[in-house]
Amino acid sequence: MPVRSSEAAAPSSPGADRGRRRRAPLLVVLLAGLAALGAAVVLSLAVGAKPLAPAVVLDALAGRGGADAQYVMGLRLPRTAAAVLAGAALAVAGALVQALTRNPLADPGLLGVNAGAAFAVALGVALLGLHDPWSVLWLALAGALVLSTAVVVVGGVGSAGGAGRGSRGGDPLRLVLAGVALGAALSGITTGLVLSDPDAFDAMRSWHAGSVLGRGWDVLGPALPFVVAGLVVAAVCARGLDALSLGDDLARSQGVRVAPLRLAVVAAVTLLAGAATAVAGPLVFVGLVAPRVARWLVGPALGRLLPTCLLLGPVLVLLSDVLGRVVITPAEVPVGVVIGVVGAPLLIAVVRRSTR
Amino acid sequence: MTALAGRVAAAVRPRRRRSREAAVGAALVVVVLVLVVASLGLGQFRLTPGEVLRALAGDGLGHVVVVQWRLPRALAAVVLGFGLAVSGALFQTVTRNPLASPDVVGLAHGAFTGVLVALVLGAGSWTVLTASAVAGGLAAALAVWLLASGGAVGGLRLVVVGIGVSALLASVNTWLLLQVELDVAMFASAWGAGSLNGVTAVQALPAGVLVAVLVLGALALARSLRQLDLGDDVAAATGVRVARVRAVALVLGVLLVCVATAVVGPVAFVALVSPHVARRLARTPHQPLLLSGAVGSLLLLASDVVAQHLLPVPLPAGVVTVSLGGAYLVHLVAREVRRR
Repeated sequence: MPVRSSEAAAPSSPGADRGRRRRAPLLVVLLAGLAALGAAVVLSLAVGAKPLAPAVVLDALAGRGGADAQYVMGLRLPRTAAAVLAGAALAVAGALVQALTRNPLADPGLLGVNAGAAFAVALGVALLGLHDPWSVLWLALAGALVLSTAVVVVGGVGSAGGAGRGSRGGDPLRLVLAGVALGAALSGITTGLVLSDPDAFDAMRSWHAGSVLGRGWDVLGPALPFVVAGLVVAAVCARGLDALSLGDDLARSQGVRVAPLRLAVVAAVTLLAGAATAVAGPLVFVGLVAPRVARWLVGPALGRLLPTCLLLGPVLVLLSDVLGRVVITPAEVPVGVVIGVVGAPLLIAVVRRSTR
Repeated sequence: MTALAGRVAAAVRPRRRRSREAAVGAALVVVVLVLVVASLGLGQFRLTPGEVLRALAGDGLGHVVVVQWRLPRALAAVVLGFGLAVSGALFQTVTRNPLASPDVVGLAHGAFTGVLVALVLGAGSWTVLTASAVAGGLAAALAVWLLASGGAVGGLRLVVVGIGVSALLASVNTWLLLQVELDVAMFASAWGAGSLNGVTAVQALPAGVLVAVLVLGALALARSLRQLDLGDDVAAATGVRVARVRAVALVLGVLLVCVATAVVGPVAFVALVSPHVARRLARTPHQPLLLSGAVGSLLLLASDVVAQHLLPVPLPAGVVTVSLGGAYLVHLVAREVRRR
């Protein structure tokens, strides 16, 4: 029974996703997204405390130009790449979590990735005095991976389970509960840790704001393989997840192996969100808003949704970062703060239009 | 589907369920009372439980310490924990979202914003901070309410708008924390975690009265709320005014949180976790209001005892609340996984 998954809405997704609206053709959306991404990248390279003309930027990228080129290539390019990487990873991770939990409001943070990363970073600062970006990257990655593993174990996703009430292969709600619970327990300890150590508190309050300032290639290089791995797993899981949105039993009847699929999706989310958090700090809102807007544009089918998220996420982070540079020049507002302030009205506008 | 089957099964065996609920409730009350007595004896000036009871009865020796210093704090923990948990149960029932807590409408973030703004502007007195906290929380809730208007009360729209406004405020809070001196930021964060330091009878008594009134209001709604669990149509068919019950329940929940925030700041997680714990202890399908409250009392009181007396550095109770509640929730989830 082939189901046109774009017509098949997850039970919990709001009415807007039921394909009643005529969706824009995917190709048009993707091309528009690419154009927006290109424009955002150029803006990110040109705008800042020292504004540069687009022509100068293009010259620098082509390997010509003088001092200004150094500025573009040395400072703004890595920063831009960090924003693209984090935005793409978080948006795709968000779409995956929302499909997995059948909850259009889920966010990678629900699986405790941020809490795990924050705890590891705080621990590193408080006990070992590790402040440099490279150490923070590995601490955050390790924290995210460890906590995610714990969530899977506690939530029983890996267990085949008995023939209990729909619990074979892990119940998504229980997974989220495990994530929230573990994340909370850990964030309490993190707060206690930083409240008793002024040095750690100071480091954590800026890390918490989320920033791509000063993230060099030394940080981006190690993070990239994690993101690529996460994206590959996501692409492989997309069809199975679409089937899963119709319920476990229907998915099984279509030959989906539910428990391994859920495990793979959690792994992808951890890789993506963990790497993004490690690079830019906890940018909580991207994983919620970007998929939400993408779904509004192309519908809930993951084959259409994931590529759209891949483009929308970076646009959101890049534009927020650019905005943060110009709002209070010459100082900067950290990108995480801008995303919260920009993303919230966006989310509210979308939900007001799509629910009546 | 399975949830509905569970509900039907539960409705078929009401007597057994009620007796279990009563037993769990009684056990919780006993534990809370024991913990109150224990907490009254802890501190710089140690007392045995017997001495505590004599002091409560008016014996001169520890009377001042126990009745004037420690009792208000312990009772405030019991009462406010109760109120927060009832508020959480109301929110989870109305929004049908097991992860909903009063913070769905941005209360805690709004309260913290209020305090931070007051601190940035140079205010320092306890009264001003409390007033700005409550004002901030209410302003956030009002903004969510207005922005969510036009959708079903307590429906998806409310939750999304709440998440949006909360995220916006959290970003603003992060930014404000970066704008103040380190020591001010640390003070603010300690307050933002929620602490019972400095609670006296002056705050505890009015808070107790308010919580009692609001909880009675919630109990008056309890039957209608249980009907809501069966779905709006069923509830409406049995004569429940769905929209009105939802709105009243949410307002009661918001007010309960405001009372708690005014006294101890935004204590996280009590509202979220207590209804879950109560539901699993009593094995009820709905959110038992009074049981949730009892769990909330226990959680906040135990957290305050741990925060005050059992840690290398004294921390805000809210920090411990989050850790204890989270750890217990982890245990519950893991146990359920193993049982199946």
